[in-house]
Amino acid sequence: MTVKVYGFVGSNATYRVMASLYEKNVDFELVTVNMAAWEHKRPRFLARNPFGQVPAFEDGDVSLFESRAITQYVARKYAGKGTELIMKDPIQMAIQTVWMEVENQKFDRASWKLTEIAMHRVRGGPELVAEYEKKLSDVLDVYEARLTENKYLAGDSFTLADLHHLPNINFLMETRVRRLFEARPHVRAWVADITSRPAWVKVMSLSPW
Amino acid sequence: MATPVKVYGPPLSTAVSRVLVCLLEKDVPFQLVPVSMAKMEHKKPDYIKMQPFGQVPAFQDDDITLFESRAICRYIAEKYPNKGTMSLFGTNPLVKASMDQWLEAESQSFIPPSSVLAFQIVFAPRMKLKQDEALIKQNEAKLVKVLDVYENRLGSSQYLAGDEFTLADLSHLPNTQFLVEKTNRAELFTSRKNVSRWWSEISTRPAWKKVVEMQNA
Repeated sequence: MTVKVYGFVGSNATYRVMASLYEKNVDFELVTVNMAAWEHKRPRFLARNPFGQVPAFEDGDVSLFESRAITQYVARKYAGKGTELIMKDPIQMAIQTVWMEVENQKFDRASWKLTEIAMHRVRGGPELVAEYEKKLSDVLDVYEARLTENKYLAGDSFTLADLHHLPNINFLMETRVRRLFEARPHVRAWVADITSRPAWVKVMSLSPW
Repeated sequence: MATPVKVYGPPLSTAVSRVLVCLLEKDVPFQLVPVSMAKMEHKKPDYIKMQPFGQVPAFQDDDITLFESRAICRYIAEKYPNKGTMSLFGTNPLVKASMDQWLEAESQSFIPPSSVLAFQIVFAPRMKLKQDEALIKQNEAKLVKVLDVYENRLGSSQYLAGDEFTLADLSHLPNTQFLVEKTNRAELFTSRKNVSRWWSEISTRPAWKKVVEMQNA
């Protein structure tokens, strides 16, 4: 039974899921959701994600939405295959969970707003950009300190705590916001490291840009 | 015997109360360490060592120091699987995946509009800031859409992740309590039959009632 990801090339959240599947060497089919035709708001798709957002995911009997829930499911189900994306030791996993929450609650809030402004999906003058660049800078200051002590956010190894950042980082590195990452040496090195992982390069090879 | 775990922060903080209700659900003894936000204790170096963003809560037990309320809740639920409410962390991989899904929905879809509304309706006037009517309308519209999804879900499921109470439901307690009890927007929840039934069940659980008592003390 094929694993299916319902989303589209260009969707950050879809990329997040695809990255986890490539890391785990799990074959899957990307089923393109036709956003222009409002397919994501039609009953058939709403049955997969009642919020009418991509991605949705199917693995046999299991049907899920929310990219970070999907990646965690993939990491647990396919433990032992490909890259280990979750820590086995409970204490290390607790620390990983902290930084997964930081990405979700803090990094994503700031970086996604800047992404939306850059994509012109949200109206944003210089004041709004400055406000969110400040928020992102404050988060990256904490990351700089953390990554001075640890190679990756959760510790010695690459985990979901790092992976979840990839789509937004990748997009923002193509914009002026890149200077915030590049100004911090350990953050810069970490960005270079995680964006050059073969699984991520594979996701990006599908991108039309 | 292990020393009681420590939770740093005021019980009125939504994030702190999320951790407290989890500890109470799991029957894990704890010590609540006050942090005076007024005296900027949360920005002092000793506190920043525990929580680098200078926010509450922080958490310590014999093995580890943690921050981010949902990470703390996951740690507690996983460390004490056989204590207190055993269903809290999901009893099998499918429920766990469903729990993760609704926890993500909480973070991504429920928290942003509910937090803005709580701030605009209650805190802005207290802080003598002008309420932003457009922002209130916009976020109420967002929250309505989310609650419509919940209404549908809770029509075919007792709790968000399935038949049993999990972290996914627990995580909603603080912001919902605030909106239902401290604002005039309670009807957003109470006018929806299934959401109302769910709210009534989860908010009358002894653990949450205890937290509300602590908040009102």
